[in-house]
Amino acid sequence: MTLTSAPPTPPRPKRRAGDRIFAGSATGSGILILLVLAGVAIFLIAEAWPAITAQAADLPGGHTLTAYIGPLVFGTLIASVIALLVATPLAVAIALYITYYAPRRLAAGMGYVIDLLAAIPSVVYGFWGIAALAPALVPLYGWLEDNLGFIPFFAGPASATGRTMLTVGLVLAVMILPIISAISREVFSQAPALHREAALALGATRWEMIRMAVLPYGKSGVIGGAMLGLGRALGETMAVAIVLSGSGGITFNLISSSNPSTIAANIALQFPESTGLAVNTLIASGLALFVITMAVNMLARWIVNRRADFSGAN
Amino acid sequence: MSTQTPSAPAPVTEHPGPVRSHRRLPRFAATGVYLAGLVLGALLSAVTGFSVALTVVYGAVLGTLAVWLTSRAVEGRRKSTDRLVTAIVTTAFAIAMVPLVSLVYTVLDNGLRRFDGTFFNSSMLGVVGEGGGAYHAILGTVIITLLTTVISVPIGLLTAIYLVEYGTGRLKRAITFLVDVMTGIPSIVAGLFAFALFALFFGPGIRLGVMGAVALSVLMIPVVVRSSEEVLKLVPNELREASYALGVPKWRTIVKVVIPTAIAGLGTGVTLAVARVIGETAPLLVTVGIINGTNLNPFEGRMATLPVFAFYQLTQPGFPPELAIERAWTAALVLIMLVMALNVVARLISRFFAPKTGR
Repeated sequence: MTLTSAPPTPPRPKRRAGDRIFAGSATGSGILILLVLAGVAIFLIAEAWPAITAQAADLPGGHTLTAYIGPLVFGTLIASVIALLVATPLAVAIALYITYYAPRRLAAGMGYVIDLLAAIPSVVYGFWGIAALAPALVPLYGWLEDNLGFIPFFAGPASATGRTMLTVGLVLAVMILPIISAISREVFSQAPALHREAALALGATRWEMIRMAVLPYGKSGVIGGAMLGLGRALGETMAVAIVLSGSGGITFNLISSSNPSTIAANIALQFPESTGLAVNTLIASGLALFVITMAVNMLARWIVNRRADFSGAN
Repeated sequence: MSTQTPSAPAPVTEHPGPVRSHRRLPRFAATGVYLAGLVLGALLSAVTGFSVALTVVYGAVLGTLAVWLTSRAVEGRRKSTDRLVTAIVTTAFAIAMVPLVSLVYTVLDNGLRRFDGTFFNSSMLGVVGEGGGAYHAILGTVIITLLTTVISVPIGLLTAIYLVEYGTGRLKRAITFLVDVMTGIPSIVAGLFAFALFALFFGPGIRLGVMGAVALSVLMIPVVVRSSEEVLKLVPNELREASYALGVPKWRTIVKVVIPTAIAGLGTGVTLAVARVIGETAPLLVTVGIINGTNLNPFEGRMATLPVFAFYQLTQPGFPPELAIERAWTAALVLIMLVMALNVVARLISRFFAPKTGR
C-alpha cells in the first residue's frame, strides 16, 4: 500500500496511531467478510466430507449421495422455475405501473406497500400458503385435472389438500415479486428522460414510449432482478417446508399429492431429528444448494453490474 | 449500447399513421367501460354458480377486452394498444395486492384469538392443552437478535467505512462483489455454516443461542454493509475536505464528521437489517432448536425463538391440535407486528434524525 505512487503525490501526511488502528480495523472487517464467505464453503465441505466418502449402504435410504440429492435438486429447480415464470411478468407490470402509470402522488406509497411484501417473514408466508392459498386452489386443481389432464403437468390425481408443487411455486412467486419489482422499478425510473421525452414529442403513445425508450434500457436490469429472485426462491426454506407435502421422487406432475421435496425444506424438516451420518448427508445437500445459489447470484450480479457500466446515465 | 443512439425516430417510420387526436374517448370512458366489463364478468360467474375468484378472472378479461375494442373502434389501433397495456398493467398491480390483503386478513383473523395476557406472560413449560404462551420465545428472539446486532453492526459498519473511505483497487472490488453475493446466501445454508463451525469444536448435537446469532450475522452483515455504504457515499466530499483542511486526522474526520452526518441513514439501515433477520426461521431451527422452558443464557443450551416456536406449534401441535395451532397463529401475528414496527421505526429515524445540512 505504501508503494503506490501516482505521479502527483501529495506529501505523505503523518500517520497517527489512531489513524493506523482505525484504518486497520476497517480493512480487517472487509477481509473478515472474505474469510466468512470462504469459511462457509470450507466448514460445509468439512462437515459434508464424511457423507461424500461414505458407502451407499450407510446413507439414509441406502442410496448413493447423488440418488439422495438428485430428486431434491429437481424439486428445488422446478419450484423456483414456476415462481420465476409467474413472478417476472407480474413484477415488470407492477414496476411499469408504479413508475409510469400510477398517479404521481400515490406512486411512492404504492412502492412502499409492495416492499412490505418483502418484509413479511417467510414462516408467515408458509402459514398463509397452507391455510389460505392451498384450500383456495383445490377446485382449480380439480378443474385442471378434468380439462387439461392430457398435459403431463396436470395429469393428476389432483391433491385434496392443495399442498402441491404448483401451490409452492405460487407462494414463492409472491415472495420474490417485491425483489424483482424493486430492481425493475429502479432501472425503469432511470431510463434517460431525454429519450422518453423525445419519443413523446414525436407523437408516441405512452406504451410506444415505454417500448422504445424504457424497456430496451431496463432489459438487463430486469433479467438481473429476475435472477436475484431466482436465487431467493432456490434457497427459500420455511414456506416450502410448511406448504409442500414432499414425499415422492422426480415427477413433472404439479398438482398431485406426491412431490419431490426441495433441498432447503428437506434440511429444515429432517435436521432436528437426524444424528451421525444423516447430518453429514444433509450438510452435503446444503453444500449443493450453496453452490447452485452462488452461481445464480454471481451471474445475476454480473448482469446487473454490467448494465451499470454501460448505461448512459452515469 | 443501443441506448446511446436514441431510437426515438422509429415511430415515424414504423407507424406512419398519426394518432387521431380529434377522435378521443371522453376522460373517464375507459374506466367506465372496464367497470362494465367487470359487471358482465360477475353476471357470467353468477350464471355458472357464483364465486369470487371466477368473478375476478372473468371480469378482468372482459373488462380489458371491452376497453380495447371500444378504443379500437373509436380511437384507432395505436391508441387502443396503449389503452390495452394500461388496463393490463393496472390489473397486474391489483392482482399483486390480493396476496398481501389475503395474508394480513388471514393472520389477523386467526391470530387475534389467542392475543391475550397469558400468551405474553407464560412459557410452554408443563403446558399440555389450554393456556401456554410465547414468553420464553419472545425473550429468546430479543436476546438472539440483540446479540446478532452486536456482532453485525461493528463489522458491517467498519466494512462500509473501508469501502467508502479507504478501499482502493482489487480488494475493494472483490469485497463489494462478495458482499453482493453474500446477500444471496440461503438462510438455511447460513444456519448449516454456524452448525458446522460449532460442531467442529464442540461435537455434533450442540445447540446454543450464540450459534443462532452467528448464523443470523452471516445474513445481516451484508445488509448492513450495503445500506451503510449507500449512506456514507451521500456525505458530501466538501465536509471531509473542510475537516482535512483544518488539520483533523482522517479517523477523527470519519468519527466526528462523516458518521454524525450520516447517522440517520445508518440508523434506518440497521433497523431495516434487524427487521430482516428477526423473522428468520430456518437458521435458528438448525442451530438453536426449541425448548418449552425459559432459557435466557445464549451460551448454554437450547433457546426458544418466536419463529421456530410458531413453526413447531403449527407442524407438531400435539393433542388437541387446535390450541397449539391458535398459539402458532398468534406467534405469527406478533412476528408481523414486530417487523412492521421496526419498519415504521426506520422511517421515523430517517425523518427525525435527518442531517441538518441542507442536502
